Amino acid sequence: MGDMSNANRSLTLEGSEQGFATTKVDALLGWARKYSLFAYPFVTACCGMEYMALASPRFDVARFGAEAPRFSPRQSDLLWVVGTISQRQGPVLKRIYEQMMEPKWVFAFGTCASSGGFYDNYTTVPGIDKIIPVDVYIPGCPPRPEAVIDGLLLLQDKIARNERRPGVVKPRIDPTDRVKDLVKLRRSALDPAELAPRLRQDLEGQGQK
Amino acid sequence: MSQLVLDKLREKFGAAILETHSNFGDDTALVDAAHWKAIGRFLHDEPALDFDMPVDLCGVDYPNRLPRMEVVLHLYSVTRRHRVRLKTRVGDEDMAGAELDSLVSIWPGLNWLEREVFDMSGVRFRGHPDLRRILMYPEFEGHPLQKTYPADRTQPLVSYRTEDEAGMPLNKLEPFGHDEGMPFGRQGRHPRAEDS
Repeated sequence: MGDMSNANRSLTLEGSEQGFATTKVDALLGWARKYSLFAYPFVTACCGMEYMALASPRFDVARFGAEAPRFSPRQSDLLWVVGTISQRQGPVLKRIYEQMMEPKWVFAFGTCASSGGFYDNYTTVPGIDKIIPVDVYIPGCPPRPEAVIDGLLLLQDKIARNERRPGVVKPRIDPTDRVKDLVKLRRSALDPAELAPRLRQDLEGQGQK
Repeated sequence: MSQLVLDKLREKFGAAILETHSNFGDDTALVDAAHWKAIGRFLHDEPALDFDMPVDLCGVDYPNRLPRMEVVLHLYSVTRRHRVRLKTRVGDEDMAGAELDSLVSIWPGLNWLEREVFDMSGVRFRGHPDLRRILMYPEFEGHPLQKTYPADRTQPLVSYRTEDEAGMPLNKLEPFGHDEGMPFGRQGRHPRAEDS
């Protein structure tokens, strides 16, 4: 439980050792919530295949404590909107969202859920954020499971920080570089500027072998 | 191969068959809308033709042509193994008079297909047992596959969140522009920045 408040001051208790830890209530709740996400999969389209890949053992979303789907919105706190939402489904989606208990989070899984994708027409909702708030946008058509795991980590990061501003999983051109109001994923404790030369060294080392 | 079908049609209906052509073994007959049902009945009942399966029915809008809406019916005979494509044209500029006899009494499988053509293209089928929208919702106005339906008109069932409610801009984020999507749908509506 090293990252409950401060990574530099973590302490591991072993065997029969006893002790106590202090933290803030918010931090404790955030820590508890982020590892027990109960998902409601609102799967409407082809992205569902990628959702299945994510949930199956190869990518194993259980590692992040988010593997249990609940097919009742009343028992779930993470709404996965996976696929195109047509105008006809709009009221259903809104109602499902309203039935969920607080605190609740929403994933826009794939380009269609995020922005309507290439369905720029009379029948498609141009992004579910027109109807319900979205916490993490995961672009891709469909997104790779790695991108979804990225999104899940971003969401866990947000929950731990009690942060409700939306975030986007990084595409090649990172929108967060241009728009200030988005949460950035903290990928590593290391500064990217420090990390790049080290990676390059590693690669060159491999090349010499 | 099955020039036979077109020959039989011409022989039986004469002037009601306006036009025929055969390309790559596909036979097409453009027929008079007033004889739509009689021709359907003939194709179904005539033992030498025996079209027992309706494959597809759709509407095609040609806004610069009169009559404007073309209804296309594809038929297949499972027993005789031949096909034919029937076309007819209905409706003026405002889609007035876009009516056609329903063929559901001949091929029950056309029930939902006729509803789809009604929903998407606005052709009304006389004698259809249950002519309702099938794809769009009942509140929807207009027929989206008519060329006169505006490319960017949507009819949301739930009102969209405002930017005040959301507390954030709901425009598409960079690098996506407001006109992101299929460019041909928006030509002439939103001039691109480099044009101005």
